Amino acid sequence: MPHIELNAASVQFPIYNAKTRSLKNKFLQATTGGFINEEQDGRLVINGLNNITLSIHDGERVGLIGHNGSGKTTLLRVLSGIYIPNSGLATISGECVSLINISLGIDQEATGRDNIRLRAAMMGVSRHQLEQEYDNIAEFSGLGEFLDMPFRTYSSGMQMRLAFSVSTSIKPEILIMDEWLSTGDEDFKAKAEQRMSELVSNAHILILASHSRDLLLNNCERLIWLEHGSIRMDGPAEEVATAYFD
Amino acid sequence: MKIAINDISDALKKIDIALVFGWQDVSQRYRRSRIGAFWITINMAVMIVALGIIFGTLFRMPMEEFLPQVAAGLIVWTFFMSVIMEGGASYIEASATILQVKMPFSTHIIRVLWRNLIIMAHNIIIIPFILIFFMKPMTMSVFLLPLGMIIGIVNVLWMAIFLSIVCTRFRDVPMIVQNVMQICFYATPIMWAPSILPDGMPQLLIQFNPFYHLLQVVRMPMLSETPDMVNWIVCISMAFFGWILALVFFDRYQQRITYWL
Repeated sequence: MPHIELNAASVQFPIYNAKTRSLKNKFLQATTGGFINEEQDGRLVINGLNNITLSIHDGERVGLIGHNGSGKTTLLRVLSGIYIPNSGLATISGECVSLINISLGIDQEATGRDNIRLRAAMMGVSRHQLEQEYDNIAEFSGLGEFLDMPFRTYSSGMQMRLAFSVSTSIKPEILIMDEWLSTGDEDFKAKAEQRMSELVSNAHILILASHSRDLLLNNCERLIWLEHGSIRMDGPAEEVATAYFD
Repeated sequence: MKIAINDISDALKKIDIALVFGWQDVSQRYRRSRIGAFWITINMAVMIVALGIIFGTLFRMPMEEFLPQVAAGLIVWTFFMSVIMEGGASYIEASATILQVKMPFSTHIIRVLWRNLIIMAHNIIIIPFILIFFMKPMTMSVFLLPLGMIIGIVNVLWMAIFLSIVCTRFRDVPMIVQNVMQICFYATPIMWAPSILPDGMPQLLIQFNPFYHLLQVVRMPMLSETPDMVNWIVCISMAFFGWILALVFFDRYQQRITYWL
């Protein structure tokens, strides 16, 4: 059963300015022998997340709120297994897909059909899996014969349609999103909304970062409020939303 | 060792991703051109003929001996050099992907390898033409080519894995590697034949150039000649120790790579 467990997880970003990042300085520092103290050598550390402890179980719908720079994206990346915490433990069991940048992997020069393959590969869909889903994806996009045209000839709405169709075609156990995906004209929007709610209800765990109160209250029953990289509040959606938004 | 080995075996399980994007890298470059990827072949052929004639005349070498050497040498060198340098820069180049999608780091290295294998396949077409042109007979030694290629690939892979970590952490390293490879290109008998070296010290020094041995195990079978035993021994022991170094390094720093991007 998919679940996520963070135990006192902290993430610190080393900031290498031009000084510390070059080998030359590493070398010079070694030969001059410790005269330079820590502050002067330009090493800075930014605390992205401090001591985060939380567990998310199968079936939970969790929303993330917090101001810009509060650590939402960093936490999403830890939950997707991209950042391994510097200290503490992160256990993520379950197949995890993040819909943060749904256009990643797309090549402007390639045709729509090729791009379905590229985008699917980027999401880790195997060749076999894609063969089964391919026709559905092509049909859902509603692009018809434009699928044989290069991606760059598409309007931005059409580009989003294609990216959306592929990205939402797989059913992950853990679904991670930064804001809601909505796209296209009225017709497509309705289809997309339906697809999104299917996706969310099929996922065992949903983690959604957003600034929209309605969206969070509609989709999540638990909210985590981040502030300066720490958890300020973690509880039932209504309660946390009232504290945060009011 | 667990982290490194898991990463590599994961990447091999999901090799589709690396193959799709490696192929894409090549086709993207030539998408709107009429003869497409065969520009790779043409560019290489032009370079071989031009450099072959210039240096062959300069060193007063017989063309039927010199040109096949230059052709095979340049093709193999281009492959080695590209895998090492592009492999070293692979995490920096794929940083957008690495920060968005969880996938094994080795996938990015395999992508570079596959891309360059495709390019080499385009270049290798030139060799039979040159061999036919100079009426060079085929011998059984040509069957050593797959073995030579495998040993060559195993060696450049450990260099790429090692460098990818160092290059991501220290951003000056890619430039240093570029310079070192440039020197190695001149110090390795590609544009010149070892026979023109004076006896004694220089002949001995060439044996200390690892790229010389790597080049020999691929280039010689390509031209239906047999590499020396010492070439094989150096390459295999280099692969052994190199992989230990690369795996230890990769294991130690794999989880830090994302933080350095």
